[in-house]
Order: sequence, then C-alpha cells, then structure tokens
Amino acid sequence: MDELLRPFEFEFFRNGLAVATLAGALCGLIGVFVVLRGMSYIGHGLSHALFGGYAASTLLGVNVALGAGLWGVASALMINGVARRRMVRADAAIGVITTASFALGLALFALFGRRGRNFEAALFGSVLGVSRADVLAVAAVTGAVALVVFLGYRQLLFTTFDPDVAEASGVPTARVEAVLMVALAASILATMQILGVTLIAATIVIPASVARMLTHAFHRMLFLSTGIGAATGFVGMNLSYHLDVQSGPTIVLVGAGLFAVVFTVTGLRDSRRRWAAAPGA
Amino acid sequence: MTGAADVLVRLERVTCAYGRQPVLTGVDLVVHPGQFTGVVGPSGSGKTTLLRVLLGSVVPVAGRVHRRRGLRLGYVPQVDTVDWSFPVTVRECVLMARTRGRRLPWASQAEQAEVAALLDRLGLHGLADRHIRELSGGQQQRVFLARAMLGRPDLLLLDEPTSGVDARTRHEVLHLLDDLHGDGLAIVLTTHDLNGMAAHLPHLVCLNGEVVAEGAPRQVLTSDVLERTYGAPMEVLEHAGMPVVLDHPSEARIIPLRRPGA
Repeated sequence: MDELLRPFEFEFFRNGLAVATLAGALCGLIGVFVVLRGMSYIGHGLSHALFGGYAASTLLGVNVALGAGLWGVASALMINGVARRRMVRADAAIGVITTASFALGLALFALFGRRGRNFEAALFGSVLGVSRADVLAVAAVTGAVALVVFLGYRQLLFTTFDPDVAEASGVPTARVEAVLMVALAASILATMQILGVTLIAATIVIPASVARMLTHAFHRMLFLSTGIGAATGFVGMNLSYHLDVQSGPTIVLVGAGLFAVVFTVTGLRDSRRRWAAAPGA
Repeated sequence: MTGAADVLVRLERVTCAYGRQPVLTGVDLVVHPGQFTGVVGPSGSGKTTLLRVLLGSVVPVAGRVHRRRGLRLGYVPQVDTVDWSFPVTVRECVLMARTRGRRLPWASQAEQAEVAALLDRLGLHGLADRHIRELSGGQQQRVFLARAMLGRPDLLLLDEPTSGVDARTRHEVLHLLDDLHGDGLAIVLTTHDLNGMAAHLPHLVCLNGEVVAEGAPRQVLTSDVLERTYGAPMEVLEHAGMPVVLDHPSEARIIPLRRPGA
C-alpha cells in the first residue's frame, strides 16, 4: 500500500495525475462528438497539425499555448471549410492539412531547433515539469468545453445526428460545427504536453468507443465516456510511475485494454442473446 | 385570386441544379393550409429536391419561394438516410428538435408531458426509453413523425414515408397522416408507391424535373400523364372507383409466368 501511495509524495506526480485525469475526462467528453460524427481521424490529424504550431512558436520564442492554439484553430476551421464544400471528403481534407502541418513542424525543428525534452514530450507525452499553472489551464479548458456541451447540448445532438434536418429546423449548424472544432483544438492543445501528439487521438476515440458499447442513450454515453476517460487517465498515470513508462503510452494502453475487455464482454453478451432468440434455442 | 394569408408556400418558376445538372426547371407550386399533396415521379425526378426547397434547405438558382411569415415546418426524412447505430433513444430523438427556448439539456416537465402525449397519440406509448433501432419499421417512421410534430408545424413534409415498409405499416402511416390532416395540418409527401399511397391522396403532383400535371388522382393518374412523367408506357385500370396503375403492361403481356413443373 505504501508503495502505491509513494508517488503522491511528489508534487510533480500530483500535478501530473490531476492533469492526466482532467485530460482524460476532457478527451472523453469531446470524443463522443468526434466518434459519432465519424471524424475519429480528426483528433489524430489535428494533434499533428498543432505540432507545426508548437514548433513554430518554440523556435520564434512566442508563447506556445497562444501560437499553437491559433495554429490549431486555423487548421480546424480550414478542415471544416474544406470538408463542408463536399468536393473533398473530410478525411482527405484532414490528411492534407494536418500532415503538411506536422511535416512543417519536423522540418522547422530539423533546420533551426534542437530536439530537447520538450520536443520528445510534445511527440510522446510527459508529466515531468507539469506545474500548478498547467493543472489550472487544463481545468479551465475542461470547464469551458463542459459548459459549451451543457449549454449547446440540444443543438450539438441534433447537428451530430441529423445535420440537414437540424439546419432546416433553424439550427445554425455551421456555427455549431465551428464551435465544436475550436473546442476540439483547445482540448488537444491543453492535453498535448502530457499525452503527446502522436497518441492523443487514442485518448479521444477510446473512451467514447467503449461508452458506445455500453449504452444506447446519448446522454449516458456522454457521462460514461467522460468518466472512462478520467479513470483511464488516473490509472494510466499511476501505472506510468510504477512501470517507469511514459505517461502517454501507458494511458493509451490502459484505454486499449479496457476497450478489448468491453468489446469481448459485450460481444459474448450479444452472441448469447442472439443464440437465445434463435428459433429452436 | 388566392390571398397571401391562404398560402403557406408558393414556388414561382423555381429552378434548382446540382453543379451544372438541373434537377428542377421552372416549377410552380402552391401549398395551402390543410392541403394534402403527394409528389410522384421516377427516381432522379427532383422529388426530394422539391421537398427541400419547400423546407428551405435547398436554395433555387432561379425563381422565387414565398413562405408565410412565421411558417413552422416539420420534416420527416427517408428512413434509409437515418444512422440507426447512433446512440439515441426514442425520447432523445423526439426532443432533439426542441432547440429553441430552453437551453438546459434535460426536458422540462411541460416538455416531458408534451412528448408523452405525442408518443401516446402516435402509438409509441412505453417505447420512450428504447433505442430507435429496436423498433419496427412503422414505429421508426412514427418516431420521426413525432419529432417533426413536436415543433407544432403548419406544414409537414415527408420524404418517402412508406419506402421499404410492409403493407400493414403503409396502411398505419396513411391512416395516421389522414388523422393529422383531419386536424387541419397541411402535408406534402413524396412517394414511389402509386397504388398503395398516391391513389389514396386528395391531391397529386406528377414531377419529372418539371411539373407534368397536378390535380386529384383520377385526373392525373392516367396513361398519358404517367407516360410523360415516367417515360414508360403505363396502363391505368379502375377498381372500386379508384385508379390502379400497371407498370410495364406490354412486358406483362409478353412474358408468361412459369408454372412449377411446367
């Protein structure tokens, strides 16, 4: 027991744990909309796009949150704009815009920068150096996104389920989608340092996918996904310390393990139901 | 002369196109309060586009659309276009259309009572917490009807409401729509089903990129009009005072049915 509680003696761990739990909850919440809109690839793409902004901000000495944030919002709006024209599918738009941005980030570092700890952390995630201010920043973004979902719940649900009818019913779907993209970019930016741009997509997609297997109701999926994301972050962070593995991979592997368990259990349950319902059973 | 107050929507010489491909050309149509109209025509004739012009989600490239001020529209999409794997219960599906006024995610007591009354009326009592995929075809259709009705529309638009449903469900939907029409609701629907649906409606519009004919079924369900609408010969018989359309009559005469053992 003492061994389990030992890391809590260190402030960096307490901060990291708080950030990981909040980041998991935040990614779980926003992930519901990403998964249901069939845009799972966007989390992957947008995080890579932010890396371009991160590199440029670091090398220019600009505030990273501001620089990468503006870069991310611009990328998100660009993807949304290209995808809405319907000449290019959303996945192709994401592929072009975000991979180019990621490549630009790598090229900038290769030409002008040094591959220090921050470079590694941005790519693969790290809890080292997470300060109280970082915890508050992630908490603020989590609160803001939760407020957006709370106040825009009906419009978000309608736009996600049936965008054409929602628009015809007077829902400003273009604005709703833009707000969602900005919230997603803010979520990725806030959690990038701890989860890493190469792994963040999994923390967006996994909790929502697990929650989807557990419920058929939208409101329950929101709660479940947020809770699963938070729990995954908490458990993953603790395991990360004890196994001495980076936080990003550990959190993702905990989530993937949970996905495998739930997938197997619900699959067996459904098979048993089908078998019971089959004629002659 | 019809007064503006007696018209819900008026289309004047409306032309729509997707890219350079025209879908509707010079369409004139007037929808009055309490009108019940079916739009028939072959695939690609512009039926859904016409519905979406009435709805306002498709903007014509030419012509004018006049809607009565404050007109409330309800729209029931084709069930084929619905994402049945989406995690949404019947109650959530119906309530999602109520986006104005209340911002809180959960339904108020008044909204809950309204949804319960609506589900009762549409024969969906006790199904509010079911997932939409767990319902029969007719029940699924009625869920989306309930969603449209929650907005208390003046005009209800339905895209192929009997597409892919069995005869019994088709009857249920038809009777339900007849009830709603009896309460004064104006309805415009599209259908491929000339005998099971269109022939029972009071007013039809035959569409093939343009309005070929409109009027009562006995006036427009004629061989001449249907051939101009569908581009294929069709024979119309009369049974119990109603028109019955036989498509491909020449083929039916030529190709004999095989008998088992023959």
